[in-house]
Amino acid sequence: MTSGPAIEAADLTRTFGAFVAVDHITFDVKPGEVFGFLGANGAGKTTAIRMLTGLLAPTGGTARVAGHDVYTESEAIKRDIGYMSQRFSLYEDLTVWENIRLYGGIYDLPPKEIRKRAEAMLARLGLEHARSQPVRLLPLGWRQKLALSVALVHRPRIVFLDEPTSGVDPVTRRQFWELIYETAAGGTTVLVTTHYMDEAEYCDRISIMVAGRIGAMGAPGALKKDFSVPSIDELFVRMARPTEARS
Amino acid sequence: MTPDRDAVARGSNDAAAIVADGLEKKFEATVALAGVSFAVRRSELFGFIGPDGAGKTTLFRILATLMVPDRGRARVLGLDVVSDLWKLRTRVGYMPGRFSLYPDLSVAENLQFFAAVFGTTVEREYAQIAPIYSQLEPFRDRRAGALSGGMKQKLALCCALVHRPEVLFLDEPTTGVDAVSRREFWELLGRLKAAGLTIVVSTPYMDEANRCDRVALIQRGRLLALDTPDAIARGFDRPLFAVHAGNRYQSLLALRRRPHTHQVYPFGESLHYTDSRSDATPDQIQRELADYLRGEGFDAVNVALTDPTVEDTFMARMGDA
Repeated sequence: MTSGPAIEAADLTRTFGAFVAVDHITFDVKPGEVFGFLGANGAGKTTAIRMLTGLLAPTGGTARVAGHDVYTESEAIKRDIGYMSQRFSLYEDLTVWENIRLYGGIYDLPPKEIRKRAEAMLARLGLEHARSQPVRLLPLGWRQKLALSVALVHRPRIVFLDEPTSGVDPVTRRQFWELIYETAAGGTTVLVTTHYMDEAEYCDRISIMVAGRIGAMGAPGALKKDFSVPSIDELFVRMARPTEARS
Repeated sequence: MTPDRDAVARGSNDAAAIVADGLEKKFEATVALAGVSFAVRRSELFGFIGPDGAGKTTLFRILATLMVPDRGRARVLGLDVVSDLWKLRTRVGYMPGRFSLYPDLSVAENLQFFAAVFGTTVEREYAQIAPIYSQLEPFRDRRAGALSGGMKQKLALCCALVHRPEVLFLDEPTTGVDAVSRREFWELLGRLKAAGLTIVVSTPYMDEANRCDRVALIQRGRLLALDTPDAIARGFDRPLFAVHAGNRYQSLLALRRRPHTHQVYPFGESLHYTDSRSDATPDQIQRELADYLRGEGFDAVNVALTDPTVEDTFMARMGDA
């Protein structure tokens, strides 16, 4: 089970009535890869991610996530993945320590193990002094780093990051990306969405969804070469507005 | 160099749409603004670039007459934001960062409401908003709450424009919006500016700085720099190198271990590197970096001088602050 792709989707499709939100998408993500999942608002990213995280059944095609079938093994998927988003991740009124304990508990870690991992996490993040503080009092950048660490507390094979870095300064954003690299170097697969097009260039590979389909996929450098564009930003705009020349 | 002082000096003439001098604001123990001074010219597209918590929203609220500073003063269109608030309020438009239209009213109803508040009608002001509203008209009967992010943003802009303000304050209009909608929004702002409007806009996206005539970099309630985007980028005070060496994370860690490294960080598809020595020539640094990385076992090493961006300057100044 530990060999093979972390995510493999073939013709994965989801319709809502007559509307095709995700239209036969096919892609693999390798273990330890940082995969950027891009697309304009409404292109189908969120629906695709909900299927890959076992929250929404597809209406067609197949997908396996961490080796589990999205139709029949969604509970097993939830155990083997982590999830973090800018909008919702930590409980702001709980302390740092309580948040870690809560997530450890949700994933059925024994109390002793939770304590051990929590201590290691606080030491690594340099947050020991803040353990008894409510999360809402932490600076945004620290909340984001803690949220990522908490999403990894059960050592998932894949972590889904949904716009994890919105709103922070450029230095803090890069510190967060170093945590992502460190996570991937440790063998965990990272699937990340972002509106910062320069972050797209930090990924090993990216896909750009357009109207439910994958419009382009590959390593950022190779894509720029193939499409003769100077940046992923330019490619993104060109894919989403194909009729318009570059500005 | 004290850009604030210069800006105040420049802004003391008639061409200034906005002059702010020493604005301070605290919320209990939190300092939101720690003495902010600047001037914005008429028909200028002026950007405040900075992260959450930098003080952008507090500043915009003060300038839009919605909040009173603890210290300092500001004049907009020659009117004091505190003592002349009622005269000023009808002449400025404000689009708050959080979506603040009525979600249960339709697109058309929201617009009628904002027009009525300012004693006018949508029909009378149609020419002003037509370029933007025409894109919304197919959805005129849709509830505002049911619009997409990009459409909500355009409706909010229409509502802020419907009373024909002379100065427009837009607080993070593009945050959380995809790159395509962001670009369309900036194109709209360019057209409004061309029509003579003074526009002050804030954003956390450093790459949007280049869309502005001038920008102020703001962090923790202070301005780090104020100038044209080009001048800010040129103000970067060390040779900057773009480094490619295969595995980005491993090469980043390797460069961190190097004694002469001042800063190294991911930037687009490369790493940006500055050297701590002032007596080493760019050629020498370039050669040494390439040799070092090859010696550490990296192949496909490429080191080249590169032009700094506003974001590089922001990070360098953050370190100094």
